[in-house]
Amino acid sequence: MRLTCPLCGPRDRREFYYSGSEDYLNRPTPDARPEAWDDMLHLRDNPAGVTKDLWYHETGCGSWLLVTRSTTTHEILATERVADRKGAGA
Amino acid sequence: MRYSGLKVITEGLFGNKGWTRAWRDPAPKAEYDAIIIGGGGHGLATAYYLAKNHGLTNIAVLEKGYLGSGNIGRNTTIVRANYFIPGNSEFYSHSLKLWEGLETELNYNVMHSQRGQVVLFHSDGQRDQQIRRANAIVNQGDDAEIMSVEQLRAEFPYLDYEQTRFPIYGGMMQRRAGTARHDAVAWGYARGADQRGVDLIQNCEVTGIDVENGVVRGVQTTRGPIRAKKVAMIAAGRSGQVAAMAGMRIPVESHIMQAFVTEGLKPVMDAVISYGMGHFYISQSDKGGLVFGGDIDMYASYAARGNLPMVEHVMEAGMTLMPMIGRAKVLRSWGGIMDMTPDGSPIIDKTPIEGLFIDAGWNYGGFKAVPASGWCMAHLMATGQSHEVARRFRLDRFRTGHLLDEEGTGSQHNLH
Ligand SMILES: Cc1cc2nc3c(=O)[nH]c(=O)nc-3n(C[C@H](O)[C@H](O)[C@H](O)COP(=O)(O)OP(=O)(O)OC[C@H]3O[C@@H](n4cnc5c(N)ncnc54)[C@H](O)[C@@H]3O)c2cc1C
Ligand SMILES: [Zn+2]
Repeated sequence: MRLTCPLCGPRDRREFYYSGSEDYLNRPTPDARPEAWDDMLHLRDNPAGVTKDLWYHETGCGSWLLVTRSTTTHEILATERVADRKGAGA
Repeated sequence: MRYSGLKVITEGLFGNKGWTRAWRDPAPKAEYDAIIIGGGGHGLATAYYLAKNHGLTNIAVLEKGYLGSGNIGRNTTIVRANYFIPGNSEFYSHSLKLWEGLETELNYNVMHSQRGQVVLFHSDGQRDQQIRRANAIVNQGDDAEIMSVEQLRAEFPYLDYEQTRFPIYGGMMQRRAGTARHDAVAWGYARGADQRGVDLIQNCEVTGIDVENGVVRGVQTTRGPIRAKKVAMIAAGRSGQVAAMAGMRIPVESHIMQAFVTEGLKPVMDAVISYGMGHFYISQSDKGGLVFGGDIDMYASYAARGNLPMVEHVMEAGMTLMPMIGRAKVLRSWGGIMDMTPDGSPIIDKTPIEGLFIDAGWNYGGFKAVPASGWCMAHLMATGQSHEVARRFRLDRFRTGHLLDEEGTGSQHNLH
């Protein structure tokens, strides 16, 4: 399996650290109810098919990537840097 | 039909013509008192104990493939009770006791073999931790002993004790741990449930769960709708998808885990060896194959096959632990879909929907749990109360903060 890093190009899966679903990007505000934290940290749609998850280019450029891929075929459909997303860092 | 040694001999003498099918192949009825979604180890054990312990026999197990086609027939068959934290400790202790009587109970040879399992340690810190764990296990009433390197060398002369990266400092042995024949566990429970009147319905995929005003009414299947007042979701790696049919989002992320077996060899190892630093564990099956595995592939997946980096990693780990393995040829490798939870511990609980129950989140340790999981799930479904040894396996513990993080690795699903 290879992931295409927008900065480094196609790289071997072993260069990346998988953290989990894109839910981690929806960080609740500090005053949010426990349910919101439960949603982000624990509960998952866990689809059999297309999913989006977070990978860290650990032995490459150090970018966090949002990867669109299939959990049934392991096909990588798209990759983008989390930092490049609209509204990121705001 | 009762199985016995005498029966095997007489059948052998008369051409094996007297064997009958181990279970019926019934068509689904329109309604049952209870439906179990998933004919794996846990679903079948639940059906068995519902019938045996609680006299509930008007029940059906619905399986989308054939019985035992899921993880129950894909695991590396390690059975142990060496858990540490309250909640897990008493549950697995209960399970091991059920294992010890299982063959008599089921009148079925599940080839349960208490050949012992040793968990190696490689530093002073790990030794302290294993001694603490061993004490907890002994306090729970189970067995554990700390073995020195000299003792290990006498029993396992083929390990590489002086390897530079992770020299072996000793190990924690549980003599009552061991292995069993995984398929036979599914078949044994299936036969026992069938004999008590449970309908085992194969090639019957559940495609919808009917809920009205917060109460479960039954399920939709590829073989038509079936009504029931109680429905249990026991679908292991597919738990998230089954729960989604009831509109639920559960704390499970599905991951792939691989295992390997070599060609059959003469007996070379008579215990299970776990090499945590290499994420590697190995035993020898009664057929002679070395059965071994490693960690999950680490990313969410429903493909029942893995990726090559983990294959390489497992082989490397095997070579560093016991170089002789390099002479064996790998015969097969395969994968199973694991229901990983954010604390590595399972769920046996009611759901917010009345009559709908869930037994899931077994991570990669659910084989040893099969008897106790079935026992406790049946208790919950029949009495409406959690069984004493499973009462901490709550669905809402993640929200309330009562996590059961056995390994202390945090809330990321793939880290357990
Ligand atoms: C490689 C590997 C090694 C392992 N090693 C060990 C080990 O050494 N020790 C240990 O204790 N555990 C181990 N495990 C874990 C253990 O195998 C699982 O935790 C356990 O088998 C899961 O429970 P089960 O048997 O009920 O699952 P399964 O056998 O997967 O049963 C679930 C069933 O549900 C069915 N199903 C799913 N969706 C539907 C639907 N919509 N309708 C109808 N049916 C459905 C599936 O077809 C499946 O048959 C290992 C697992 C793997 C993959
Ligand atoms: Zn990069």
